[in-house]
Amino acid sequence: MSANLTLAVVAGLVIACGVYLITERSLSRILIGVVLASNGVNVLFLVASGTAGGPPIIGLTAAEAMSDPLPQAMVLTAIVITLSVAAFVMTMAYRSFQINGDDEVADDIEDSRIAALARADQASESFEDLEFSDTGEDVVSE
Amino acid sequence: MALIAAHLGLAVVAPWLARLLGQRAFWLVALAPAATFGWLTGLAAPVLAGTPVSEAIDWIPALGVTLDFRIGLVQWVLALIVTGIGTLVLLYCRWYFEADPPQARVIGLLTAFCAAMIGLVTADDLVVVYVFWEATTVLSYLLIGHDPTRRANRSAALTALIVTTTGGLAMLVGFLALGHAAGSYSLAAILAAPPSGPVVTVAALLVLAGALSKSALVPFHFWLPGAMAAPTPISAYLHAAAMVKAGVYLVAVLAPVLAASPGWRPAVWVLGALTLFLGGWRALRQDDLKLLLAYGTVSQLGLLVLLLGTGTRAAALGGLAMVVAHALFKSTLFLVVGVIDHSAGTRRLSELSGLFRRLPVTATVAAFAAASMAGLPPTLGFIAKEAGLEGVTNLALTGDGTGIAPVPAWALVAVVIAGSAITVAYSLRFWWGAFGSKDGLAESTLVHPPKRGFLAAPVLLGTACLAGGFLGGPLTTVLEHYAETLPLGEHSHGLTLIPAFGAPLAASALAIAAGLVLFWRRDWITSVQQTFPAVPGAVDFYRATMRGIDQLAVEVTDRTQRGSLAHYVGTILVVLTAALAYTLSQVHAWPAVHLADNAGQVLVGGIVIVSAFLVATSRGRLRAVVLLGVTGYGTALLFLLHGAPDLALTQVLVETVSLLVFLLVLRKLPKFFTERPLTSGRWWRVVISVGTGLAFTLVALLMIGSRTAIPVSADYPEVAKSFGYGNNIVNVVLVDTRAWDTIGEISVLGIAATGVASLIFLRGRHSRVRRSGLDPNRGWLRASRSLPPDQRSLIFEVVTRLLFPVMIVVSVYLLVAGHNLPGGGFAGGLVAGTALLVRYLAGGGQELDEAMPVPAGVLIGSGLVLSVLTAISPLAFGGVIFQSYEVHLHVPGWDALATPWGTWTLLGDIHLVSSTAFDIGVYLVVLGMMLDLGRSLGSGIDAQAREELTPAPEPESTRAIPGRRWDR
Repeated sequence: MSANLTLAVVAGLVIACGVYLITERSLSRILIGVVLASNGVNVLFLVASGTAGGPPIIGLTAAEAMSDPLPQAMVLTAIVITLSVAAFVMTMAYRSFQINGDDEVADDIEDSRIAALARADQASESFEDLEFSDTGEDVVSE
Repeated sequence: MALIAAHLGLAVVAPWLARLLGQRAFWLVALAPAATFGWLTGLAAPVLAGTPVSEAIDWIPALGVTLDFRIGLVQWVLALIVTGIGTLVLLYCRWYFEADPPQARVIGLLTAFCAAMIGLVTADDLVVVYVFWEATTVLSYLLIGHDPTRRANRSAALTALIVTTTGGLAMLVGFLALGHAAGSYSLAAILAAPPSGPVVTVAALLVLAGALSKSALVPFHFWLPGAMAAPTPISAYLHAAAMVKAGVYLVAVLAPVLAASPGWRPAVWVLGALTLFLGGWRALRQDDLKLLLAYGTVSQLGLLVLLLGTGTRAAALGGLAMVVAHALFKSTLFLVVGVIDHSAGTRRLSELSGLFRRLPVTATVAAFAAASMAGLPPTLGFIAKEAGLEGVTNLALTGDGTGIAPVPAWALVAVVIAGSAITVAYSLRFWWGAFGSKDGLAESTLVHPPKRGFLAAPVLLGTACLAGGFLGGPLTTVLEHYAETLPLGEHSHGLTLIPAFGAPLAASALAIAAGLVLFWRRDWITSVQQTFPAVPGAVDFYRATMRGIDQLAVEVTDRTQRGSLAHYVGTILVVLTAALAYTLSQVHAWPAVHLADNAGQVLVGGIVIVSAFLVATSRGRLRAVVLLGVTGYGTALLFLLHGAPDLALTQVLVETVSLLVFLLVLRKLPKFFTERPLTSGRWWRVVISVGTGLAFTLVALLMIGSRTAIPVSADYPEVAKSFGYGNNIVNVVLVDTRAWDTIGEISVLGIAATGVASLIFLRGRHSRVRRSGLDPNRGWLRASRSLPPDQRSLIFEVVTRLLFPVMIVVSVYLLVAGHNLPGGGFAGGLVAGTALLVRYLAGGGQELDEAMPVPAGVLIGSGLVLSVLTAISPLAFGGVIFQSYEVHLHVPGWDALATPWGTWTLLGDIHLVSSTAFDIGVYLVVLGMMLDLGRSLGSGIDAQAREELTPAPEPESTRAIPGRRWDR
């Protein structure tokens, strides 16, 4: 089988645009990137499923002339799931605006604290230095 | 073995026993070690006759590991110590823990420890030894850290765990090397046929490192004094009598074969002597009686390892006797400290005075034990140390077959004598500190006079210290069996109270005399000790190492866990692209390529590409969303051109719904995205995205060439008709062939819808649907009542009135026809849902409630239930899950309608397939999801806007003012 160059290029470029947006910080842009990239991936399925054909409906198209129905069923599932993901992430962006006034995905606070510790060459906050001595001053009674 | 299991069983039920019986639970659990002790006594005859008792069960046959237990003489002696002292300590606990609530945890752990210890000293397989070894380590950790709220306990427990586990790991490597070299992990087999070679040398040193860490020798000694944070009976048992003896045991067992390997004897001598001296020296300056004893233990363990590790007959006899003596006197003394602590309320020797008058019995047995520790006649300690000194002086006098040079040998003798002298001094200091009268200190009073039962265990053990001194003859006979297994050295003169004149006796006398002087000039010693400069020791090294590891962890976390989402995604994509690039670079045969299947693909593809670029570069939210819709509709066209009408239909519907959902949210968000300056980071993003896109294009071109097998879907046209009873293959695949997939998918829809609703409503979806209460017969969509005039659109209302019924009919048609023509539950549900959204847009939230007066959760739930029921109901008819059935119905009425455009089939013969019920479930779930979206993002946001909870976009800005309640 030979590959469909147009569809492959379309898929690649759409995915590239999607990836560019996914590496953003603004949640609504990330979401648009995800939807864009999933459109691209769905087109990839078309490339992989071979050459175009008639609708896979018995009686309408002869079995030999049909396009491959299996990838279509998979893509159909993917489309609807993308919708639900889009709705959910969009709501998250809304909520972020509601609380913070923007929809930036901020860096993890814990991780930036660790980074601060690393810059200061310090041990972690839960680190306990050994605390017992043999001078007899330390109380080890129950 | 059954006895070990009994211990463990009791340990497991200990918490219930403790709740049931309180203190008396100790009586019951003490039965286990007591029974083992009795059983071991019964083994005396065969063990003394030289025939070990063994028992074996296959455990890991694949690795040749067996639960192999073998009790020879050393094992027997150690097991007697473990069980005998274990019994007494458990009984002692019954009074020790009287004041506190019953400590279920301590009971269980102590009993389990007993089991692990017995297993450790009786196991024959090295791997099993290691398992029990680590079990004692873990139990010791738990017992030391019995009060995790105190920092001293936490530090001590962790230190003990880390030091002994590190040693244990070294030992495991040593064991494996040893077992590999010997061809067997059985201790007996290794002893019978000792392996040799460089591997064995390294193995011997590794095992020695493990043993030394467990027995707290320099440089691992520092964990033991810290471990004194545990309650006193636990210190007595684990950290004096039993666990720390594990290393000594291992040295004793392996010395016959490993003592000769290079490095073993020097290591044992140097570290043993150093520990003996250092431990004693530090014991001299302790104020806490328990810490004094702890350092004493460190010192004694040094001596034990020194004697047993030497591997000559005389030293071995003395060493094994010392093991017995040490177990007896040290546990006595610890228990005595426990009594003092309990009775007088302190165990600082600077606060105790004149206690021998208050506690005469305790003072007497403590005197026996202290004398035994000091090696004063006529105690067991004396005869044991005498034999040990003989072993050491033999080295100096003749070399005793070890080949040691005279100078180091005499130096060793000198250190051992010095160590013994210090031992005498700190033994005296202990008794004097605990019971003696001190000038300028008021006599201590007893807060709680000890009960008789409390004193039973120390009295019994203390008496044994004294009585043992008179049993030199029988003891020699018993322990000599071990000494005989060693290949080197002269035979000892035996354990006796009346030794012959000679070097050992002279050494004993010298040590005792020097010890008395040391005690007499104790104030001077203290002042000398204080002038010593503080030198960094092993504990500082440990501390620095632990801090270093923690800092390393911080650094590594900082490098790998940046906390930035873009960073993570970028890393993933770079790795993905790099891996794909490598794979692609290895491909030689690329499949043939054609430009397109039809001209339409090129045209539509071009539009999609352009709009995707515009989406990526767009700064306005609305613009991006609309252009995103263009790419979506373009994709739908591509689907159609490819021959996938179902996909195209669904994609168009989804795109429409997405657009509506976005618009519903966008009305409350700023017009523009946050501005991004053109920094290097952005160029990186461009590079990553172009790389990813290119990789995917190439992979897509390559994929088609990989399809060499006949696709499974080649049979679908045939199967869809005969098993699925449908003409639309894609729909049959969704509701029959791959129905599991669909079940998963509709569950995701339900979850996402619930997520949306909970982000808006925070507490529960609006399960209560508010009806307007108006007469439904007077028509629907009365926006005049539900919306303010400025928000109404008359034209839209009119269009909606026309559109809504049509859309509902179309949705039902798509649902029913979907099995044979493009359509199905997804498409139908989306159309119906869009119809609801249109009602909302025209008439507001109240109108939505009028249109669908049930909660969304009910729709989603019933859809899921219906799907699952359809899936499993064939089981009732003897079918399999998701089997489809065909049903034919005849409905009277118009069969067909002749029109100028052809004959339209209407009612008449209806052909139903059971999987249509499944599709109805899908329809309901999708409809429920759409309703949830409408209620949350539509009326939910409306309601929040009325309460000023929605974000308000700032003019000319990319930010918004947060909702009122969340404004900080």
